[in-house]
Amino acid sequence: MTSFLKELANEMSVTAVAEVPGAAPAPAKMAVEHLNLFYGDFQGLRDVNLTFPENQVTALIGPSGCGKSTLLKTLNRMNDLVEGCRVEGSVLLDGADAYRTLDATDLRRRVGMVFQQPNPFPMSIYDNVAFGPRSHGVRAKADLDVIVEESLRAAAIWDELKDRLKKNALGLSGGQQQRLCIARALAVQPEVLLLDESTSALDPISTAKIEELIGQLKERYTVIMVTHNMLQALRISDKTAFFLLGEVVEAGDTDTIFSAPIDPRTADYVAGRFG
Amino acid sequence: MLFSLLSELSAGAAGGPGAPGAPAAGAPGGAASGTPAPVRAPKRPHALREGVARVLFATAAALSIAAVALICLFLLVNGVPAMAKIGLPEFLFGMTWRPANDLFGIFPMIVGSLYVTAGAIVVGVPGGLLTAVYLSRFARGRVGSFLRSGVELLAGIPSVVYGFFGLVVIVPFVRLLGPGTGLSVLAASLILGIMILPTIITVAQSALDAVPARYYEGALALGVDHEHAVFKVVAPAAASGIMAAIVLGLGRAIGETMAVVMVAGNMPIIPDSLLSGVRTMTANIVLEMGYAADLHREALIATGVVLFVFVLLTTMLLSVIRKRGEAR
Repeated sequence: MTSFLKELANEMSVTAVAEVPGAAPAPAKMAVEHLNLFYGDFQGLRDVNLTFPENQVTALIGPSGCGKSTLLKTLNRMNDLVEGCRVEGSVLLDGADAYRTLDATDLRRRVGMVFQQPNPFPMSIYDNVAFGPRSHGVRAKADLDVIVEESLRAAAIWDELKDRLKKNALGLSGGQQQRLCIARALAVQPEVLLLDESTSALDPISTAKIEELIGQLKERYTVIMVTHNMLQALRISDKTAFFLLGEVVEAGDTDTIFSAPIDPRTADYVAGRFG
Repeated sequence: MLFSLLSELSAGAAGGPGAPGAPAAGAPGGAASGTPAPVRAPKRPHALREGVARVLFATAAALSIAAVALICLFLLVNGVPAMAKIGLPEFLFGMTWRPANDLFGIFPMIVGSLYVTAGAIVVGVPGGLLTAVYLSRFARGRVGSFLRSGVELLAGIPSVVYGFFGLVVIVPFVRLLGPGTGLSVLAASLILGIMILPTIITVAQSALDAVPARYYEGALALGVDHEHAVFKVVAPAAASGIMAAIVLGLGRAIGETMAVVMVAGNMPIIPDSLLSGVRTMTANIVLEMGYAADLHREALIATGVVLFVFVLLTTMLLSVIRKRGEAR
């Protein structure tokens, strides 16, 4: 089965770019062009071409090890931390090359990330959210108060936390911690938000809250999310890209990918026949 | 196997004389293991060895506890009566140490110990912590391993060698700074500050190494640079381990004797400046124990009791810090 898939993947290098027939395509906030990524001798991504339209949710799906998280970490250069990681091709943010023109820290400020495991810092809830703005030079208490409240409200957790902002963030539940991490990411006013399986460690109720939140966030941010949960991709994403063995097999409107996929491998995956 | 033997036996017994040959051959073995086997619980083959090991380890643990208990007992039995004879306030807060006149006030020595310990912390902590941060988060490859072995070497140098270095290098340097011989609070602080470096560096470094990568990555993902993430997120996350490193360094400094004796000047007065000579409690004991007798000798042991109380306080402080760290 695997070797069959591998053969298929090698034979067909589909690089479908998302386009809505009839309507004008949404402008691309981010794009990757001819992206190849290597960990030492291992090639993690093969000639990936994708666009991520502004103010839409793009879901990256595929079986474990297919490269979807790798791509996500390439978009904000967190892969720089991995020793022996080499990137070819280009990653564009508003047309600017993320690896050649932009500074990594500047890129990460504009392209926020929420991780798979909630990772609030071991400090107070307030300090967690204020950390980013403080680091970027916001000093005045009044300004920080406003940012903290707005960010927590945007992450739909203000009402739960407003009375205990001075409490340690590690005392929160997993779902609250993850929404706090979203608030922390929003506090630096990013343009793109990357979510790396951000609900996979959470219970169904917390997951539902975060999914609802993502639906609201796309009005202000461009959201790119990796998920193992195909129903989640179907529920909340506008665009979907299906990865297999480091390649994009098919990408396009979520509805099309799930209801009328062109590639038989996509059909098999979304039907749950492997993965 | 056992079952087949048993059935064979019973068959033989039932058959009686009908088949005497074969069952008789199996009988000795079968009777020995077959009949009592269902009753007797099988003996664990390692039980004896485990028992011996348990006793051995328990004895070893008991011995070290006994050593601590005996030292406490020795200190209290020999030291407390002297405190009573001298009078506790006169002993602890007396300003004059003149054994020939039966004046046993160790206040200058208590202050001296606190001064040089504080000085050692001031000298050793900033450099030690920055070194730990560097080794944990900045040093890569060869430079890192070279520095790490350097720190290990620093830990292995005997204290008398530190003292000698202090006497030959640091004391003359201090002498240049102002009046006096150079044998001083400053010299003792400098040499102690160097001596506690390995303790502070290794403990703080392991605390920093233990900070989960997700904190650092979380900070980077917010668009802050490496230095900022290390100093504002990683280091605070290791705060309790870093505090433990400082307290361990403090304990090392307050108990150090030989190097201090060699560079401190050792006059039993409260120092009035960094360049003035100083005598610590440890120095007091080691300088006079050789010839002291009677109450003088007991007063020195009582000095040991006070020192012991300080060390005990340090240990308690350490366990409070550790507990608070675990609670987080």
